[in-house]
Amino acid sequence: MFYREAGDFKTSYAEDNQTFPIAFDRYRYYFVLFVGLAIVPFVINDYWASAILIPFLIYAIAAIGLNILTGYCGQVSLGTGGFMAVGAYTSYKLMTAFPWMDMVTITLLSGVMTAMVGVMFGLPSLRIKGFYLAVATLAAQFFLVWLFNKVPWFYNYSASGQINAPERFLFGQAVTGPNAEAWVKYLFCFTLLFLLAWAARNLTRGSLGRQWMAIRDMDIAAEIIGVNPLRAKLSAFAVSSFYVGIAGALLFTVYLGAVEVGEAYGIQKSFLVLFMIIIGGLGSLFGSFAGAAFMVLLPVALKVILVDTMGWDTALATHFQFVIVGFLIMFFLIVEPHGLARLWALLKEKLRLWPFPH
Amino acid sequence: MKKLATIAVAGAMAASPALADLVFPDLSYRTGPYAAGGIPFSDGYQDYFTLMNERDGGIGGVPARVIECETAYNTERGVECYESTKGEGALVYQPLSTGITYQLIPRATADGIPLHTMGYGRTSASNGDVFSHVFNYPANYWDAASVIINQLLEENDGSLEGKSIALLYHNSAYGREPIRTLETLSEMHGFELSQIAVDHPGQEQGNQWLQIRRERPDYVVMWGWGVMNQVAVQEAINTRFPMENFIGNWWAGADHDVEQAGADAAGYRALNMNRLGDMPVFAEIQEHVIDAGLAAGDGTNLGNVLYTRGMYAAMLAVEAARTAQEIHGTADIDASMMRDGMESLVVTNERMEELGMPGVGPEFTVTCEDHGGSGMAIMQQWDGEQWVTLTDFIAPDESVIQPLVMEDSAQYAAENNISSQCNES
Repeated sequence: MFYREAGDFKTSYAEDNQTFPIAFDRYRYYFVLFVGLAIVPFVINDYWASAILIPFLIYAIAAIGLNILTGYCGQVSLGTGGFMAVGAYTSYKLMTAFPWMDMVTITLLSGVMTAMVGVMFGLPSLRIKGFYLAVATLAAQFFLVWLFNKVPWFYNYSASGQINAPERFLFGQAVTGPNAEAWVKYLFCFTLLFLLAWAARNLTRGSLGRQWMAIRDMDIAAEIIGVNPLRAKLSAFAVSSFYVGIAGALLFTVYLGAVEVGEAYGIQKSFLVLFMIIIGGLGSLFGSFAGAAFMVLLPVALKVILVDTMGWDTALATHFQFVIVGFLIMFFLIVEPHGLARLWALLKEKLRLWPFPH
Repeated sequence: MKKLATIAVAGAMAASPALADLVFPDLSYRTGPYAAGGIPFSDGYQDYFTLMNERDGGIGGVPARVIECETAYNTERGVECYESTKGEGALVYQPLSTGITYQLIPRATADGIPLHTMGYGRTSASNGDVFSHVFNYPANYWDAASVIINQLLEENDGSLEGKSIALLYHNSAYGREPIRTLETLSEMHGFELSQIAVDHPGQEQGNQWLQIRRERPDYVVMWGWGVMNQVAVQEAINTRFPMENFIGNWWAGADHDVEQAGADAAGYRALNMNRLGDMPVFAEIQEHVIDAGLAAGDGTNLGNVLYTRGMYAAMLAVEAARTAQEIHGTADIDASMMRDGMESLVVTNERMEELGMPGVGPEFTVTCEDHGGSGMAIMQQWDGEQWVTLTDFIAPDESVIQPLVMEDSAQYAAENNISSQCNES
């Protein structure tokens, strides 16, 4: 009833291949864009921006990045936190060395830098797979964090080893620093996420994405049908790290403003992003969004429900959150390995046939 | 376009304050590897405000309201806590985390809410000329480093020439803070300084202590927090390092840090910025708060090192609020008035005695230029069963610290285009 394909005729290949072939889906997508661009910026306040929306947008970028590598190309990575740190430190060095540079250039260059580092750490993936690759990327995680702690050049020899984002402007509005308005930061992240998600969608359904998926499903077969594993795997590492680096840069510049590498980009961050794509859905863009939203919203929602509404002890509520997240990860791995994205797809399938399922 | 309409839709913010009350958010951490330190501090902090409400009917007649928010010592959750509580009319933030402090310094300054980072946070914030909304009285890390060296100088007849000191530090902004001061002091006094970092959370210290065993430094100075302290004390016992030459800073000298090791840790020394011992105020807290069932925790922490420090922090906040009420002639103060109160705060021995906590901290006066207090600290020693106060308040070497503070704060002011705050008004 809701997803009626009847009467929705496609008269060209372009129409037939569009991302949202069903009209209702397409309108929903436009509606989300409209709300995100034309309504949210006018009603956003500091709390919504800093606690919910900006972390969601940034983690969605990171989740898309990891999903490209792990979900589409099948290369497990535990180095997400380290790669995010590369993005953050690149943007810090650029911001302090070239004060005239605008934030878009800085953020994109941070992504490019991370892509290069990612390719370097992706090289072992040509030889090793599965668990062994996970361990190699884990080494990248620890190495990068150690590096940024050890070499004072990265944090401009500051006494505390912290990096602080100076105030930078875009179109005359402060994007970083304490005086940046909530809606500016929000729109900056939203635009980047939109562009990156759009690029990811078109990459993954193009020839490159098909190569990644061929490698993921069976690398020997892929090689036999003419997919170059070197090119496919390294491009996945490059694109994934580009996304992850941008997320790391935004996390530092726009969201946190001051960062300590071991704490902000530690191994927990790698796991957090991995949980996002596991819960959201491996190999699905929608899953990246759903997972990021879920993991960002859950602690806030639990706090509001358990502490503010039910008056629970704050420590008990926090411990309870570990229980819930752990339980959900087990639940999804056992019951629905394809995550929230699969549940969403099933729901859409049901709605398509409703009210006459047979 | 500058001012876009904002409406508070958050369900989290739906609970609007009833009538006038003074809001003191408590960004605590009762979970995670640093909970052992976070719990007693938060208990002491909250219980003192409860005492004010129960015994005195609030501060200057206005009840205090404490909003607790769990940060788990995590900066992102700290930011969430800050944003969710600042709309409630928060007067002052005490995050008890150097990492969160670094986050909040620019934010709170932009929002006009003062930060009180007692003995932690950014050391150079004691220069009030640059950091208008940050206060770190009564003492800061560089003071602590200098106090330790001064004490060691005294023990070694005024010379540390040829001695070696190892700094065992938490590899974070917190642990790295004293390095600059210790480097300067090592040049000045001719001791050899080696730096040994311990990564978060600090449970793995095998390599570090192996290095200490190999280098055999004369003293080990520790900048630790949370589980790191217990592990370090245990490792020191295992490597048979002479405990009296192992000195912690004031965040590495709580009861739970050494209780587990017990008698084996006897001799371990640590700084403290607040005095220990039985004070009349504890009896009142017992009577009005704990026995009345209003305690923030289970009441077992009453009187221990960090509980006392939390209570001391709350006392300083209450005194600042009182000062603000006097200055502005209104009982219902807001954050900017609170800032004025903090900047005019005078803590005297008479006042501390009046409050039932004689000599809990040093006497100090806050001014527009100096947000740092006296910087004095005492040295305490674990005798195997309890902490014993060894010395009176020891003064740091201001001739070393002041130039460092000026240098670092000037750099911050230049990076962030901050002009002098004190000469304008």
